[in-house]
Amino acid sequence: MDWTFVQKFTPMYVKAAGLTLRIAAIGIVLSMVVGLLCCIVQSLRIPVLRRIAAIYIELARNTPLLVQLFFLYFGLPKVGIKLNSESCAIIGLTFLGGAYMAEALRSGLEAVELSQREAGACIGLTNLQNLRYVILPQALATAIPALCANVIFLIKETSVFSAVALADLMYVAKDLIGMYYKTDEALMMLVAAYLVLLLPVSLLFSWIERRLRYAGFGDTRTV
Amino acid sequence: MAEKLLEVRKLTKRFDQAQILNGISFDVAQGEVVVVVGPSGCGKSTLLRCINGLERINSGEILLRGEVISGQTKNLHRIRQRIGMVFQSYDLFPHMNVMENLLLGPTKALGRTRDAVIPEAEAALKRVGLIEKRDALPRQLSGGQKQRVAIVRALLMHPEMLLLDEITAALDPEMVREVLGVVLDLARDGMTMLIVTHEMRFAEAVADRVLFLEGGNIVEEGAPREFFHSPRTDRARQFLESFDYEAK
Repeated sequence: MDWTFVQKFTPMYVKAAGLTLRIAAIGIVLSMVVGLLCCIVQSLRIPVLRRIAAIYIELARNTPLLVQLFFLYFGLPKVGIKLNSESCAIIGLTFLGGAYMAEALRSGLEAVELSQREAGACIGLTNLQNLRYVILPQALATAIPALCANVIFLIKETSVFSAVALADLMYVAKDLIGMYYKTDEALMMLVAAYLVLLLPVSLLFSWIERRLRYAGFGDTRTV
Repeated sequence: MAEKLLEVRKLTKRFDQAQILNGISFDVAQGEVVVVVGPSGCGKSTLLRCINGLERINSGEILLRGEVISGQTKNLHRIRQRIGMVFQSYDLFPHMNVMENLLLGPTKALGRTRDAVIPEAEAALKRVGLIEKRDALPRQLSGGQKQRVAIVRALLMHPEMLLLDEITAALDPEMVREVLGVVLDLARDGMTMLIVTHEMRFAEAVADRVLFLEGGNIVEEGAPREFFHSPRTDRARQFLESFDYEAK
């Protein structure tokens, strides 16, 4: 193990980790928005839009992120749309993540009993109000474990961004291997970097899930 | 006869091939308490659910103060603001405390301010003996307490009438009394109600009129004294005898 190498290139990894984290954060927030929109559209049974959401979800979940990125990065310029690698990464991650978030939220929505929806309707709430105040808060609480799992999954998925020349962690590692042939050191640093990024997130989510279970609400039927 | 508040005209409802309501017609006058009784599966609950649009009807008409409210798919929430409903399973919102459960409808659906509704909600909670539970979560309440909160939640919308769907069916016997006491109070105050129940003594005490529903038809209709003590039809007599047997 060449520790001077490790020392010398640690700043590069830190910088790349920052980029990875930034892209992941933006992509995950946007994924949540897209997922929520898909979910609202499907829950309110809005015609046409709900079909589009369903098609989008199937398309995004059943194609690899790498293929989606190639489409954005190499395919779109052929029709005159040029995106830099960062935009491609964010759009790609959002495209994939939105579908996963929508599915996680849907499982939460389906767990909310129909009678809750009816009770909300019976105090005169509109469908949108009912969704916002009665159904979504309960659905979100149920969906938290699945949403957390998606967040970790999406952070890891950022490792394919190197394929569209984004200088993320994976890219830096491959670059260093190519230049210096220090495969062991570069890969070990890569693993360490991902662990440093993901372990705190994972622990934080375990804590949130535990808190949520303790604070678990529920009618007599579910207690 | 007081003003007709609710009119049901030749209402039919089918689920797939099963005919649930067979073209039934009746009125409910302003301030009147009408109790619907009948064997399980006779369509009692479906009737209530049709009235506030939880189920779409197949034919017929429902009128509220002379205005047709059936057959609409939009603005159902406006009708539901005028017709309150309480269910067997209480259905309080589990993620909100008692006060928030009570405030949601008046503040969001009616657009009133919290400050305006809170005193009213507190007075209503006092009236049903639950003021000390204002900050409790639903899961911390007994069934009877939950059901009383659910009734208050419906009342705070100032509905023109209330639909009560077997509101004591899930309760322990000692809790039935506290809930029915609240309903008797409402009846005395002149609240118009359409009540589905299996509590025959309560039905007799609270009803101005009884509808006996079987197989999707109104088989008998009359004053509670007559219905419970000298029913005219064999079917009603058999139905009432089944309760005598349970009591023995």
